[in-house]
Parts: sequence; structure tokens; C-alpha cells
Amino acid sequence: MTAQVITVTSGKGGVGKTTAVANLATALAADGRKVVCIDGDIGLRNLDVILGLENRIVYDIVDVIEGRCKLKQAMIRDKHYPDLYLIPAAQTRDKNAVSPSDMIRICKELRPDYDFVIIDSPAGIERGFRNSIAAADRVLIVTNPEVSAVRDADRVVGILEAEEKGTPSLILNRLNPALVRNNDMLSAEDVLDLLGIQLIGVVPEDEAVIIGSNRGSPVVTDPRSRAGQAFRNIAKRLQGQDVPFMDLEQQNAIWSALQRLTGRK
Amino acid sequence: MEQITSLVQIKGIRDGLLATFTEAPWDDQRIALLAQIDERPSFFQGARLAMDVGLQVLKVNDLVDLRDQLSERNVVMWAVVGESPTTNQTSQLLGLATRISKPRPEEQRQFANTISDDTALFINKTLRSGTRVEYPGHVVVMGDVNPGAEIVAEGNVIVWGRVRGMIHAGAKGNRSAFICALDLSANQLRIADEISAMLKPQKDSKPEIASINSEGRLQAELWHSGIS
Repeated sequence: MTAQVITVTSGKGGVGKTTAVANLATALAADGRKVVCIDGDIGLRNLDVILGLENRIVYDIVDVIEGRCKLKQAMIRDKHYPDLYLIPAAQTRDKNAVSPSDMIRICKELRPDYDFVIIDSPAGIERGFRNSIAAADRVLIVTNPEVSAVRDADRVVGILEAEEKGTPSLILNRLNPALVRNNDMLSAEDVLDLLGIQLIGVVPEDEAVIIGSNRGSPVVTDPRSRAGQAFRNIAKRLQGQDVPFMDLEQQNAIWSALQRLTGRK
Repeated sequence: MEQITSLVQIKGIRDGLLATFTEAPWDDQRIALLAQIDERPSFFQGARLAMDVGLQVLKVNDLVDLRDQLSERNVVMWAVVGESPTTNQTSQLLGLATRISKPRPEEQRQFANTISDDTALFINKTLRSGTRVEYPGHVVVMGDVNPGAEIVAEGNVIVWGRVRGMIHAGAKGNRSAFICALDLSANQLRIADEISAMLKPQKDSKPEIASINSEGRLQAELWHSGIS
């Protein structure tokens, strides 16, 4: 077994990197894969909260790097999936506590025993981002259909290309099909047109995502959620399966029929 | 040790430290620089380092490796000044500055003299946000210029693609410079000292050419063969 190391990054903050990591890791584990996620956001850790593992943290990644514990000791097993682990970030240190070669070393140690290592990158393009992409075999860029998020994503794609990390794939998060229809939001086509990279999934805006994050149980575990379905599909694509893209319009057919009836556009 | 470390000279400048490289093999000099830093880690802690690499031709990997090694020592590489166009292009790709505040006048003049009017830089890819290309001749891009990317050329700029970033042609004051592109819906165009914050986003884009017209204003018009 040789794990694939996948880094999830974005440039801009708040577009859903951590949510994407938690959901993809959970979906992969639900498919029977052995998964480790690493929170690369040293000093501003979040992934533990979204996975609902906050109160189990004893050691973190900086403890591993500085030799205070073994790698296994810092790996927290998920509540529901025995093959899903989290290596949390340190909350009381900053990004300089980790170097790119530390990340490469940790991933090398994990590779033989797992299928996927998923790294949650911090926002920005500085040290923490460099650390997070150092070991990556594959990079996923998360963006929202907003001009500023897309521009930051473009910058990150440029950096990854310059560093010869290969072309990343794109997750377009929080798309609202109704707004796109009214020309009030960039469409998936607009975003792809600018970035010119391969799309791996479009996640519709869905309240269930926020509810799931706050409860510490990622939305992929909710079989009725459209966003959960989108993340499950992305996880399948990461495993090499060919899954057709969801029709985001379909769900809104009844709603838009109602809107037409009530005379709204 | 004395011999190795003297390969790279480090001195203080206004913006931090400047490391000057010679023509010796790059790897030897890289190791020498790192050795010099490791000898006095506390002095270099948190330093901002500019590098004058002279005639060295550096690829992306060379600079990325050194940058990461420096960053592990808490030293930030922020500028790479060199005479090779390849090196300059590499630095620009990595978002590093290619000029430092105290330019070396005699060598810059030499560089300018070696460029004839017909020299062009050919860029065979899309310029993404954060990329800045500066060139003392013409620039030709086979790809798009995305929002947040910048091209500053002393000559003309031709883009076989969409322009949505900033382009400055005739940057040293050449008012007869022009910019043309398959789709010129740029944020902002500049020719010499004229600035035009354009431009209507177009539905079906047509090739356009922007130049300074007889009234002295920057203007874009549809391309039709016949304009020279």
C-alpha cells in the first residue's frame, strides 16, 4: 500500500478547505479506505472541531516534529470510522514550527500503511502553504464562485505550476444554481474558463454543511444532503472511479416552478 | 572552510542582506551560502535576503530548493537579480523581485544596450494572477493574461488570448507602442504615460488593437488587416 498525498488549498480563506478535507476524508473512510488527515494550519487549527475530535487531542504535529511523541501517538482515531485518523495542528505555536522537510518526512512515514493522506492547507501563500504542498502528490484547489476567491485560486495555480507540482484539480464550493441562473453569480463555466484546470466536483450551497460542521459530523454522513452527495462523488473520483457530475438544476425544479408561479424571476 | 565560504559574499544593504554569487558552479555556491548561514544562525534569524546571481542561469528547481532550504533556516529569499533572461523569468514565476532598490547602474546600462529594438520575449502559457513580467523589448504571450497578472514592456505587447490583467506597453515612454490581443477586456491598459481604465466586457470578443491616437488618447479599436 502506498498512500496518495493530497493537499487541499485555496489561497483565499473561508472558502471551505477544512470542510472539504473533513468531508472527503470521511467519505473515503466510509468507502473502506485507510485515511489520515493532517491539519496544516498551525496556530489556527479547525479540522479537529469539524471532525468532532477536539476533546481527544493529547499530542499534535509539532510534538511529533520536536520529538515529544511518536507519530502514532499524535494520530487521533475517528469516532465512527476506525480507519480514519487526524493529526492535529498545534494551537499554541506558529507556522515556523514546521518546515517543508518535516512534512515530507511525516508523509513518508505514513505512506506504507494508508491509502490517502489528506493535508488541510492554511489560507495564504506563505510558509504554512509551502509546508502543506511540500509532500503533495496531488493538489485540490477549493474556490467559491466569487471573483476574489477565483483570483486567489488563479494565483495558487500559478505558483503550483511554477514549482512543477503538476496541474491541480478544482473543487467549486457553495455554488447556488438559482443565483447563477439569474446571472447573479459566476457559473462553473466562468470559473473554469479563467482557471483552465480540471474540475473534480461542484458542491452546491447547503445549510446542512454548516450544521454538520458545528456538530462535528461532516455532511457526507447525511444521505439526504446534496452537498454531502457532491463530496461523496469527489471521493469516488479520487479513488479513480468515473462518476458523472450531478445535475444541480434538478433539485431546484420545483422551487423555480413555484417562483415562476409567484411571479418572481 | 575559508575557501568555500568566500565563494558567496554577503553584505548588508538597505533592504536586508545581499548575497553576491560568482560564476562558480551553482551547487557549490549554494552549499557555501548555507554553510555561511549555519555558522552564524542567530545573525541570519529572520533575515531578508536578496541575491545577485550574475550570469547564473537558474531554473525553477534551483531557486525553489534554495528558497526552501533558506526558509528552514528562517531566512526569506525575496529578490533575485541576474543577467540571464531565464533566471529573471524563473524569479518572476516564483513571485520574487528582480530588482532591488539600489540598482547597479553600470550593469543595467550594459543590459539595455544588448537589446535591439526587435527583441521579443515569447511566453508560451497563460499568465496567472500574481505574475509580473518586465521586459526591455516586445512581449508576445501565447495564452491569456488573467486578472492580477501584469506585463510591463518597453516595446509592444501581443497576446494570442484574452487580456484581463494589466498591460503597460512602451513603458519607457514610447508613445507609438501598441497592445493587441484576441480579446482586450483588460482591467487597465497603459501605453507610455497614458492610462485607460477600460473596458466594456464584450459578449463576443473580437481581436483589438490599442494605441495612442492622433488626439493623444489611448484608444482601442477593432483589428482589421491593414493596420500596420
